[in-house]
Amino acid sequence: MLVAAGAFLMLVPFLWTVITSITPNGSLAGGPTLFVHNPTLAAYRQLLDALPMWRIAVNSLWIAAASTLFQLVTGSMAAYGFARLAFRGKGIVFSLYLATLMVPMQVLVVPLFIEMKTLNLQDTYMSLLAPSIASAFGVFLLRQAVESVPRDLDEAATIDGAGHLRIFTTIVLPLIRPALATVAVFAFMGSWNSFLWPLVVIRSPEFMTLPLGLATLQGQFTTDWDVVMAGSVFSVLPIAIVYLLAQRHIIAGIAHTGIK
Amino acid sequence: MKKLGWVLFFLAPSAIPLLIFTVVPMVSSLWVSLHRWNLISPMKWVGLDNYTHLLSDPTTREVFLHTVIYCAGYLPLVFAGGLGLALALNQRLPGRAFFRAAYFLPVVTSWVVVALVWKWLLNPTSGLVNSLLGALGAPQPGWWTDPTWALPAVILASAWKDLGFVMVIMLAGLQAIPQDILEAARTDGAGAWQRFWRVTLPLLSPSTFFVVVISLINGFQVFDQVYVMTAGGPQGASQVVVGQIYDLTFRYGRAGEASALSWILFAVILVITALQVRGQRRWVHYA
Repeated sequence: MLVAAGAFLMLVPFLWTVITSITPNGSLAGGPTLFVHNPTLAAYRQLLDALPMWRIAVNSLWIAAASTLFQLVTGSMAAYGFARLAFRGKGIVFSLYLATLMVPMQVLVVPLFIEMKTLNLQDTYMSLLAPSIASAFGVFLLRQAVESVPRDLDEAATIDGAGHLRIFTTIVLPLIRPALATVAVFAFMGSWNSFLWPLVVIRSPEFMTLPLGLATLQGQFTTDWDVVMAGSVFSVLPIAIVYLLAQRHIIAGIAHTGIK
Repeated sequence: MKKLGWVLFFLAPSAIPLLIFTVVPMVSSLWVSLHRWNLISPMKWVGLDNYTHLLSDPTTREVFLHTVIYCAGYLPLVFAGGLGLALALNQRLPGRAFFRAAYFLPVVTSWVVVALVWKWLLNPTSGLVNSLLGALGAPQPGWWTDPTWALPAVILASAWKDLGFVMVIMLAGLQAIPQDILEAARTDGAGAWQRFWRVTLPLLSPSTFFVVVISLINGFQVFDQVYVMTAGGPQGASQVVVGQIYDLTFRYGRAGEASALSWILFAVILVITALQVRGQRRWVHYA
């Protein structure tokens, strides 16, 4: 009973968002209601006039997808390197990776911003994507997974004449799929939700991502809550669909990082 | 290919971006923190002045205090709520999958959306929360327009968003507890309450530890929801450390001080995390 009431409490804000977005002028002077009298999509039209929302949504999607792909490739390669190659200074290099994990984004924001300015990359896709090409968190998690792959498997493959590249792609990668899924979940969510960095580096609407677009919207329509809520609905929909499709993996992936 | 070749092949794709986009900025941030700089005119060396100035500036104490209040409000809320939910959903309830999905939906929603939606829910004049409070005859706080309520408003929204995350971690922890230990306690005559305090809670301590460490790290870095809901106001009543770093850089053109503040924040987080890791021996039991 309590659980059901709680679940209702979790969903009410989403419901309220949808209701506001289709209420004429967002006027709720008559008090809150579940039934909108003259439902209208006017707020959505205003939203699309104010910002190139389709493009912004596509930006968010492809940047999240690209950074996920990059982190999976760079992360799994590094994981293999740390788990399977013996070289001098490996411990030190790995500690350096771990050290970057602890640096908060805020420490990096100013110099990264300057870096992008000097490279003339501010207000470009590159500037959004670049800082998330590799993540030490991914390397750390994937290395654990590679370590758990029995060495006998690659030794057998070596005897059969397979090199590192073959072992990596045909033996290790398929066996660490659950860990790859976990990293994918975190990479995608991280990029999809990131706000501080886009806020710092992007000015033009055509390069904005959804969180930034929404925040900008709020500035433009200070009192038109119907438009702001239409924007919220617009930006929740894609991630809600992704979430519903991949729910099991997402929840399992997050739970996976908490145990150990 | 030689051995070194393979090392480079596998490590370079991650090492080069990490070097360019994390290590270099990290070092240059330290350098910037020793200068006075407005991002435009040439940097002026000031040594440790930024640090000493920040440490004696009452604003610094204030933004740290707000950040601590945020953590102190947020952590008990999500922990108690998440644990309660996990315990409930660990039972065989009808519609368990639906509830799990419902509680988890806010976790995948971005902070900006959550902040905006809650700003609207907590709108002092026409928001849903105050309308309901009004209908009940209860007082209707000004929420984000009132200095006293601005921080609680942010805490409420944050707890709502992260409840599902804590729930999932706790559920995973609960499911890792061997059933025979609970059975043994039951046969020894332990009641439900005793089993919870003496068996379940201690065996959940690794999950609890994880939640506390992660929540405090994230809590000290809180920014998105504050920026969107209150922008640190009214009258700076909800300004947090990262908000101050952002304002110092991009509103007041004091990049040197901002960098110094970000290093102070990093040091604080590091010390808190290290203390927790050291302290875990006392209370974290690995089964």
